[in-house]
Amino acid sequence: MTDASLNSVPAAPRSRSLHTVDERTRKRNAAEKRFRVYGVTAILIGIVFLAVLAVSIVRSGMPAFSRMVVEIDFVLTQEQFDEAEAQLMKTSAYQAYFNAALQESLNAAGVSAPFDEAAVERILGKTGGILREFYRENPDRLGQPVSFELPASSRVDGYYKGRVTRDTIVDSRFLMKSDLDIVDAMHDAGILKRGFNWTFIQGTDSGVDNPGGAGIGASVIGSFFMMIVVLVLSLPIGVAASIYLEEFAPQNRFTDLIEVNISNLAAVPSIVFGILGLAVFIQFMHLPQSAPLVGGLVLTLMTLPTIIIATRASLKAVPPSIRDAALGVGASRMQAVFHHVLPLAMPGILTGTIIGLAQALGETAPLLLIGMVGYVAREYPDSLVAGFTEANSAMPAQIYTWAARADVGFYEKAWGGIIILLMFLLTMNIIAIILRRRYERRW
Amino acid sequence: MPVLWLVLIILGIAAVGYVLGRSRALASAGGDSRRLHSLPGYYGANAALKSIVPAAVVMVVWLLAQPLYVTSVVSDMIPETSIAEGSSLGLVMSEVRRTAEGLDNAVGLGLMTEDFARNARADLGDITQRLRDAGQIVTSEVTQPIMRAAQQFRVMNATGNLLMTGVVLVLAVVGMLWGMRESGAQFRARNVVESGILALLVAAASIAILTTLGIVLSLVFNTWEFFKLYPAADFFFGLEWSPSFSGRGGSSELGIVPLLWGTFYISIVALAVAIPIGLFSAIYLSEYASPRVRAFAKPMLEVLAGIPTIVYGLFALLTVGPMLMRVFGDDGLGWMQSGTAVMTAGLVMGVMLIPFVSSLSDDIINAVPQALRDGSYGLGATQSETIRQVVLPAALPGIVGAILLAASRAIGETMIVVLGAGAAARLSMNPFEAMTTVTAKIVSQLTGDSDFASPEALVAFALGMTLFVLTLGLNVLALYIVRKYREQYE
Amino acid sequence: MDDMRLTERTVDTNESKITARKVQVYYGDTHALRDVDVDILDKAVTAFIGPSGCGKSTFLRCINRMNDTISVARVEGEIKLDGEDIYDAKVDPVQLRAKVGMVFQKPNPFPKSIYDNVSYGPKIHGMTRSKAELDEIVEKSLRRAALWDEVKDRLNEPGTGLSGGQQQRLCIARAVATEPEVLLMDEPCSALDPIATAQVEELIDELRSNFSVVIVTHSMQQAARVSQRTAFFHLGYLVEYGETGQIFTNPKDPRTESYITGRIG
Repeated sequence: MTDASLNSVPAAPRSRSLHTVDERTRKRNAAEKRFRVYGVTAILIGIVFLAVLAVSIVRSGMPAFSRMVVEIDFVLTQEQFDEAEAQLMKTSAYQAYFNAALQESLNAAGVSAPFDEAAVERILGKTGGILREFYRENPDRLGQPVSFELPASSRVDGYYKGRVTRDTIVDSRFLMKSDLDIVDAMHDAGILKRGFNWTFIQGTDSGVDNPGGAGIGASVIGSFFMMIVVLVLSLPIGVAASIYLEEFAPQNRFTDLIEVNISNLAAVPSIVFGILGLAVFIQFMHLPQSAPLVGGLVLTLMTLPTIIIATRASLKAVPPSIRDAALGVGASRMQAVFHHVLPLAMPGILTGTIIGLAQALGETAPLLLIGMVGYVAREYPDSLVAGFTEANSAMPAQIYTWAARADVGFYEKAWGGIIILLMFLLTMNIIAIILRRRYERRW
Repeated sequence: MPVLWLVLIILGIAAVGYVLGRSRALASAGGDSRRLHSLPGYYGANAALKSIVPAAVVMVVWLLAQPLYVTSVVSDMIPETSIAEGSSLGLVMSEVRRTAEGLDNAVGLGLMTEDFARNARADLGDITQRLRDAGQIVTSEVTQPIMRAAQQFRVMNATGNLLMTGVVLVLAVVGMLWGMRESGAQFRARNVVESGILALLVAAASIAILTTLGIVLSLVFNTWEFFKLYPAADFFFGLEWSPSFSGRGGSSELGIVPLLWGTFYISIVALAVAIPIGLFSAIYLSEYASPRVRAFAKPMLEVLAGIPTIVYGLFALLTVGPMLMRVFGDDGLGWMQSGTAVMTAGLVMGVMLIPFVSSLSDDIINAVPQALRDGSYGLGATQSETIRQVVLPAALPGIVGAILLAASRAIGETMIVVLGAGAAARLSMNPFEAMTTVTAKIVSQLTGDSDFASPEALVAFALGMTLFVLTLGLNVLALYIVRKYREQYE
Repeated sequence: MDDMRLTERTVDTNESKITARKVQVYYGDTHALRDVDVDILDKAVTAFIGPSGCGKSTFLRCINRMNDTISVARVEGEIKLDGEDIYDAKVDPVQLRAKVGMVFQKPNPFPKSIYDNVSYGPKIHGMTRSKAELDEIVEKSLRRAALWDEVKDRLNEPGTGLSGGQQQRLCIARAVATEPEVLLMDEPCSALDPIATAQVEELIDELRSNFSVVIVTHSMQQAARVSQRTAFFHLGYLVEYGETGQIFTNPKDPRTESYITGRIG
């Protein structure tokens, strides 16, 4: 140690007092503050994105839950009924009655507008058919006042939701510019008003040119059947696979192979699972296209890694002392696992399963490939077996179908569908959180 | 659904086996369960397992093999000449299958007798007319070979199903009897049942391997078919993507390069959004945030990861696209022609990836030992200096792994690009132009009504293969890096 | 305590470097340290001894405000360095820590090269104007830590690749590179083998000529070997403080006696 020479190194001049902050420290502290601001900004950007997303979903989706309806009190006498039924063009006879009633209530409200039958048909669709059907089924209501609530056409609906304006409307067989005067008049008279759109909740998909009549009900059922398949297959298989890997698997090549496969499957793009479904389930096994059964099978394969990872984590969390205790009283390993470890791990397994199901419920890409998009789900399945094997749509596929259609009227349905989908996901996640809170055990 | 009934019957036999096996074992011990080797339930379970497992295995294998066998026999019946120009054996076979289904329905509706449907000498005109009356003919003309093939198809399937039912039921009963015979006091039922259960557990775990195998086989097989119809070199190096929609033939240009370019460009935009935001969020959350801020902000960011991609897709198409159009479109800067563009999809995908980057990086930053931070603070470093010069370099390998995982997500993401990126395959540098990706084209090539034997449809499998190899490579690399990183601090 | 090699106890100056009065430390609701009064001398080695959890490390971490990094810790009372209160609102802990360096229990080299480990402090404090100056500081610090000869040919290799004793000396070199006035050492030898411990102890004795050294140790032999002053902590109290020889041969407090004879601890 040659201290003399070493001590000659010039140390930079520094403030020797602690109570004065030197220039350099001030700069460093400013840099510190800037860095902190970057962090806060990043988080705020993330949260702002989330907020924008939430706002645009709610703002664009809420209109799907309401629609314009014409509410009218209507009396049809027995004579009128008989007379209409005797005619050749039965529905148009009913329509004439209806138009008269409409005219009357407009007059009663003191609103007058140029009025013609074709216009009413454009605004309300073919009302005669609805009336005829109602009275044929409920002949006892003849002669009594009945309050009808009839949905207005989707263009009229769009007029009140701002999709169609007087400036942009182009005369067509769907709606003429002049019809808007009648529409306004009916609205002023309180005949045309906003109502809850039950069709959207209960209904099935409509054709490409009828956004007003489109409903998500059938595809909710489709999703439901798919989730049943996923639950019934992935929970037992996933739990069995996890028990093997966590409790019984020896350290060997085969086990390694399974482990590597599971961790890779968890990261394979969902569309690849779609290709698998198409090639194996539809081309090779000839299972029915667009069927919830096939969708469920594909989603099962996708969900398995999630469930296996969650299950293994909760099996691992059960302390070895429990196993030792069971083995100590002479239980076999299988009994120790099924009698003690598995029940203790159950809350964690269920939480993982619900989260896996929620992921599967929102998955879209594989459903496109197994044909759930081309299919227009116009009907509810008519039996339990048909629910699995007959073509149907599913919520996310239905949303995609609507988003891909040319008519702008379907966009609001797509957003509305998203609100319903997210409500399901939210519920599932809340259940998972409650399960975890209530049964979580710390060892 | 006869298979459903068959399954129910097997379960019934198993239930009977359980009861009989259990009571037989008890009887052999004179009713005193203490003299049995195992608990009585295990004897029942033994009989039940022996009736279910062999029968179920045979049934599954049969169900998979029968269509293959029938199809190969039936397709031999179709003469080369009856495959029309511009068609293929695959198309003819689906015609056969449809016709057979039509015959089934017609019989079901009572419009023809089973004998008539099977009668190979029935007049073609007559049977076609009846089918048409039953509303079962949707396609053009049913030719003689197709009708005969369809009839054969039905007959073979019916025979096959009958045989299968018989074999499976016999197996179930034999298994049950075998299990019952074994049920004596000395029989080690628990050990046998437990090894049976272990075998089931192994089988369940092997499904992961089967799935991978299924993916690889379905990709490789169909990609092979594609390369027989379309040269591989043109696929991998072709600079143009323009599949012909009309039909078959050499008019399609199926080069993957523009699709890969679109995929990478969109992924780069997405990562450019997600990496800084995600990384700074992670740093703030793990190093600065108070527990209360963390408890609020972390789940908020993670909500972004729980939202289904279809929602992001719609968000891109209907919200972000029009928003960008207002700024960069014709009314604004004039750079953008339509709402669907690289920028639209990239931005939205970036938002989706924020929680991936942030929560993975958060874990990784937390794994950096506190001792390193203390060492740096002890020297008089500020917090940001410590993070930038000590924590981040130490966490770098892990963060790189996290970013690779996010990149693999971006490449494989489908819904956002299908809805937000456009459909035109293009090699361009302009991020405001519409481009398309590998995933989007897989969807568009496989969702039409196109015939699966045409190169235009088969190309999707080659695209899927490319995608699978790319993402698998990224994942393996990322997992390897992250694992190495974890080991370093354990 | 026959093997105890009581080295010379002379202290060059009798100036106090650090004076602490009525220091209290709380971790949340726990009162970890009570009423600590101590004067730490310049150019001397002071040892803090006591059973685990007695508060000696806690007090050490107060001296360069490392407790600030623990959110639940709260410090009351007064600690002065050269007459200036280090808990004054005007004091930037960053500047304080440049003056009061610290070496930790487990060697914690950064996952960087040996050179980068040592030059880290001088760089962040802006102590040099050129690469040559930095090189000089690195060499001088490594020489002071008695590590230069072992590593001079591999300065660009990672510091994590050194042996345990070398790593700890690297950490000491890293700490002295910022030219601190006080060096705090928190059980610097607890993770080392006896040979490495001997090397570090020798080093501590040499460091005394330039710094005021405060060392926390579990080993009474070590305290006796390296220190001139010893403070005994027990259950959060500073029980006794004085010349090392006196503490070990003629303790005034019965608790100190019990501890050094092995009856408590």
